[in-house]
Amino acid sequence: MKEAVIQVTDLKKIYQMGSVEVKALAGVSFNIYWGEVVAIMGPSGSGKSTLMNLLGCLDRPSSGSYILDNEQVADLNDDDLALIRNQKVGFVFQSFNLLPRQTALANVELPMRYAGVPQAERTIRAKAALEMVGLGERVHHKPTELSGGQQQRVAVARALINDPAIVMADEPTGNLDSKSGKEIMELLLGLNRDKGTTIIIVTHDPGIGAQAQRVIRLRDGVLEEEKA
Amino acid sequence: MNLWQAILEALESIRSNKMRSTLTILGIVIGVGAVIAMLAVGAGAQSTITGSISGIGSNLLFVYSGNSTVDVTNPKMITTDDAAAMLDQSQAPDVLAVAPEIQGSLKVSAGKESENATVSGVTVDYATVRNSTLSEGSFFSDQDILGRTSVAIIGNSIAKKLYDRTDGVVGETIRISGQPFEVIGVLESKGGSPFTSQDNTVLVPLTTAQVRLMSRGSDEVDVVYVQAISADSVSAASDEISQILRTRHRTKVGLDDFTVYSQEDFVSTAKSITNVFTIFLGGIAGISLLVGGIGIMNIMLVSVTERTREIGLRKALGARKNDIMLQFLTESSMLSLLGGVIGIGLGWLLAFLIGKIATALGSPLQPEVGLNAILLATIFSTAVGLFFGMYPANQAAKLEPVEALRHD
Repeated sequence: MKEAVIQVTDLKKIYQMGSVEVKALAGVSFNIYWGEVVAIMGPSGSGKSTLMNLLGCLDRPSSGSYILDNEQVADLNDDDLALIRNQKVGFVFQSFNLLPRQTALANVELPMRYAGVPQAERTIRAKAALEMVGLGERVHHKPTELSGGQQQRVAVARALINDPAIVMADEPTGNLDSKSGKEIMELLLGLNRDKGTTIIIVTHDPGIGAQAQRVIRLRDGVLEEEKA
Repeated sequence: MNLWQAILEALESIRSNKMRSTLTILGIVIGVGAVIAMLAVGAGAQSTITGSISGIGSNLLFVYSGNSTVDVTNPKMITTDDAAAMLDQSQAPDVLAVAPEIQGSLKVSAGKESENATVSGVTVDYATVRNSTLSEGSFFSDQDILGRTSVAIIGNSIAKKLYDRTDGVVGETIRISGQPFEVIGVLESKGGSPFTSQDNTVLVPLTTAQVRLMSRGSDEVDVVYVQAISADSVSAASDEISQILRTRHRTKVGLDDFTVYSQEDFVSTAKSITNVFTIFLGGIAGISLLVGGIGIMNIMLVSVTERTREIGLRKALGARKNDIMLQFLTESSMLSLLGGVIGIGLGWLLAFLIGKIATALGSPLQPEVGLNAILLATIFSTAVGLFFGMYPANQAAKLEPVEALRHD
């Protein structure tokens, strides 16, 4: 039996817009198992980004239960959540979100700073991670001196740096040309293959969805179906 | 994230926004500079004033008519007889010498040159009591006092102004209020300072002054200088003099119609005056520091808004509230510490310039930039940065990561 890394039960996220309640997530339940590659798909406004933010502990649900690695997330305080984001989850964003004034190396080092890793070790690990994503020659370049694909590779290196159990990617190829997009996907899938990292990708691109082992489809804040 | 890294990052951020950082720092630079300069000027003024008072001599007492602390009905003035009585060895064993004086600001002239000078009628003992020395000539003799002779001893700068020289002046004639006096001596320069400027003085025999230059009722004098036998016996001498005057003036208990000051009283009075002056100046300068602090807060708030997305990202990567707080607080205190350091330099320069200008204008002032002023300014400016950075940093720290990331 596969062990679940994520167990979601009746998870809801309701936004209060003035007097109107908007149910971004109207109660979803599913499990994600260790070492899976899961795509969360759905049209825009279906709640997939909301779900991703909840899974990544960037936001708190309105109700429902979310157990991440045997921990009930609702019981954790802000600092515990920060620790989870630092140690257990790596993020890759659609718009890369690199610090523009810092070098690739410094960007990759950033999560280790918050983890309290000493400088010398940070540099070694960050260089290794950048080499792994094929940017060993560009460690001292700033984001503006890199192409979109290269920037996203820096972001992937940053997501991996604390060796997280899960990497969450929100439209990771959305801002890239198809070639760079493909390279990023290969990186992520390779990570799953080599290290067994659980990968969750939010996308509306069926081509990306097809590369996942499983797709969770959302529509209007509820699960549409689950394709095995 | 440790403090050292936070400092490095803060410096990096300050550097990447040079123009804005410079303008923000400027407020603190001016504030700290003003505080440092004003405190230095205050300290300089204090030491100049107390120094010149100390130069009077530590075993000297000043006896004046009147009493500023209580209302006395029918007060009697101090007279030359009172002064003579103070010399009574049996009643005042601690008194060494007594020198009564009357003073007035009169016009003195020689040839076409004329000048306003402090003209003092003094006795023979004045020279010892006030420690006056002559660069030429001789002091008054008992005959001059008794005979009310028309002789004068002039101060250094008076000699320069009237005769354009300070030697060979003895024998010249000087007119005081139009009356001719023969110059018999020139006082050695003691340098200009607010209280003891004897360079702009003309001395004449007390009796001559009473009769011919200044009208005072029945032998009244303006001040009596009393020299105690030593610095230790000043307070004993003060008590003895007071007792003699009380008896002679028949004053009621606690209703003295005279005041005895010691040099120490003057020093402490001058100190308290200059302290108020320093606090006043420093306080005004402090206001500009406050304004500088508000400038920092303003810029930090702008910076938090501008960097909302960055804050969201940092939180997504594992930054805790405290990490964000530390980052922004470090930045604001670095800004203001930097301003403080530059401000100390500016203040130093300013104090130096003020000193130069004051000296050029004839009132020597040596501003003193004290170590405690520097420490105060450094600590205070950092505290200003911390205080005014608190609110923006807190705004940044409490941003929800998901909200912050969504921000553009």
